[in-house]
Amino acid sequence: MSDIAATISAQDGSPLRRNLNLFMSSRLSTLSAVFVLLFVLMAIFAPWIAPHDPNETDLFRRLQPPAWIEGGEFAFLFGCDGLGRDILSRIIYGARISIFIGFTVIVVATGIGIIAGLASGYLRGWVDITISRLVDILLGFPYLIFAIALIAMIGPGLQNIILALVYKEWVVPCRVVRGETLAAREVEYVEAARALGGSSRHIMLREILPNILSPVIVVSTIRMAHVIILEASLSFLGLGVQPPTASWGSMVSDGRAFMLEAWWVSTFPGLAILLLVLAINVASQGLRDAFDPKFHD
Amino acid sequence: MNFGKLIERLAQLIPVLLGVTVIVFFMMALTPGDPVQIMIGDQPISAEQEAELRHDMGLDLPPVERFVKFLGNAVTGNFGLSFFHRRPVIDVIVERLPATIELSLVSLLLALLTSIPLGVLAAVKKNTIFDRLATVGSLFGVSLPGFWFGILLLMLFAVHLHILPVSGRIGYAYEVDAVTHLLLIDSLIAGRLDTFGNALSHLILPALTLGLPMAAILMRVTRTSMLEVLSQDYITFAEAKGINRTGILIRHALKNALIPTVTVAALETGSLLGGNMIVETVFGWPGLGRLVVESIFVRNYPLVQAAVLFYAVTYVFLNFFADILYTVLNPRVKL
Repeated sequence: MSDIAATISAQDGSPLRRNLNLFMSSRLSTLSAVFVLLFVLMAIFAPWIAPHDPNETDLFRRLQPPAWIEGGEFAFLFGCDGLGRDILSRIIYGARISIFIGFTVIVVATGIGIIAGLASGYLRGWVDITISRLVDILLGFPYLIFAIALIAMIGPGLQNIILALVYKEWVVPCRVVRGETLAAREVEYVEAARALGGSSRHIMLREILPNILSPVIVVSTIRMAHVIILEASLSFLGLGVQPPTASWGSMVSDGRAFMLEAWWVSTFPGLAILLLVLAINVASQGLRDAFDPKFHD
Repeated sequence: MNFGKLIERLAQLIPVLLGVTVIVFFMMALTPGDPVQIMIGDQPISAEQEAELRHDMGLDLPPVERFVKFLGNAVTGNFGLSFFHRRPVIDVIVERLPATIELSLVSLLLALLTSIPLGVLAAVKKNTIFDRLATVGSLFGVSLPGFWFGILLLMLFAVHLHILPVSGRIGYAYEVDAVTHLLLIDSLIAGRLDTFGNALSHLILPALTLGLPMAAILMRVTRTSMLEVLSQDYITFAEAKGINRTGILIRHALKNALIPTVTVAALETGSLLGGNMIVETVFGWPGLGRLVVESIFVRNYPLVQAAVLFYAVTYVFLNFFADILYTVLNPRVKL
């Protein structure tokens, strides 16, 4: 679509539709979104797509190289790891962990952040003071260190990683929502709802929330890339999902022992993290450009 | 800046620091496992000795009293004994700290030295192929998982090309008198260029791994703020006066464009602390980050507790420093 045509079509319809049209008019953003979707589909349909069982060991295939290198075969496209497990199958299954954790952490943290931010920004008073102080304190911890300390306490595992990341992640949407709510509570439509006798709950959830959702969605998308890297970092340190479950971070870590003779063991899972995070980052930048009026010019 | 305001801002840090200390204390206090049992391991010990140890560690006190004692001890730097090293925790931390500081400083320097010229160039050459490449490069930089990038660098430069060392901070054959405990500076003070070179060769890959994501962020910030400054009236005015382009860039634009860069750099220095854990683990760098990760696996909780508190307090002060720096550099902003 030409730039002019994109601009004209972007001017039609509701704000959401207009913003989505703007987003779709960027080829790079659309391509990245499609790429992220492909990763999600790969994760969902892993049992049907993966050529082998990701945990099946075969010591005869220990450190077998990728298909295009001598000694490799196309049935094991990216080669095998130190226990003879198919790397491609483990990458496909590993996508489930990364995407599931990234998505769950963001959804739960955004839910908590929205409620806390709305209450803080709309109710003000002691609610605002309590929530804002808690946010300040949690912001006092570097993210990874906070997560590592929490996992040291509660132990590794899927559920605990999600908990450890949510404990701090909700602070980000909370700050965004609080700021937007503070601005929105002074706007006419909110004052009108108050004058009509609307309850605080009604005004927060029905009047303010729908109007401030765009920046929250944009921030959450950007944060998802961050959470995926954090999960991979925790798994790399051995504090993530425990073996034999395949996770990209622990696969990279496994490969450290074979750097000299088998570069592929670490390289491919790391490449998967890079591609997914890159695609999310590009798509979220496109979303931000489309949804934030500052970038419309 | 108003001195009274500065004191006021400093006082606002107190509840945050207190809250951080409460969280760190309860995080470790609620950790499953009896610290006394972990400390004595399988050594034979009488019930009286065990009770005495429990008393010494303050574990027989109610939680609130334990916290007050912990707080008092924390202020004086007394975090008890490291289970694993059988030495005071603070000594072990102080011993490991210089390696982490040296790595962080060199990474920061590397990030600033690459990001500022690239950011300025990208802004000046807006919408050219250079600008596009720089934008793509910065996107890659922020999307790179640090631990993987470190391993790739290791595989290429240390394992295959044998140009740089695989791990550690300095070769066994090199020694230098400790003055600052920062090897690069100490070797220069001692006039030992061979030691300097060896220490530098150990630093390059970890510093690159740690500094690159930061450089990517700083480059984007510099580009954006430079573009904003270049569109201001005073730049147009300077151009109209016939001042040459380089002069305008350096004397007028860069000075103002760097305000956000410096602030973000100060903020990002805090995030280097977290990155240190990963990078030190990948490169076997003998710093605090690696010590914490190792301590988690041997359940050396007093050390983990002290280190997490140390990281958090440093982070709070770095953020405070970034705030102050922004105000000092930008007089229009009131503290």
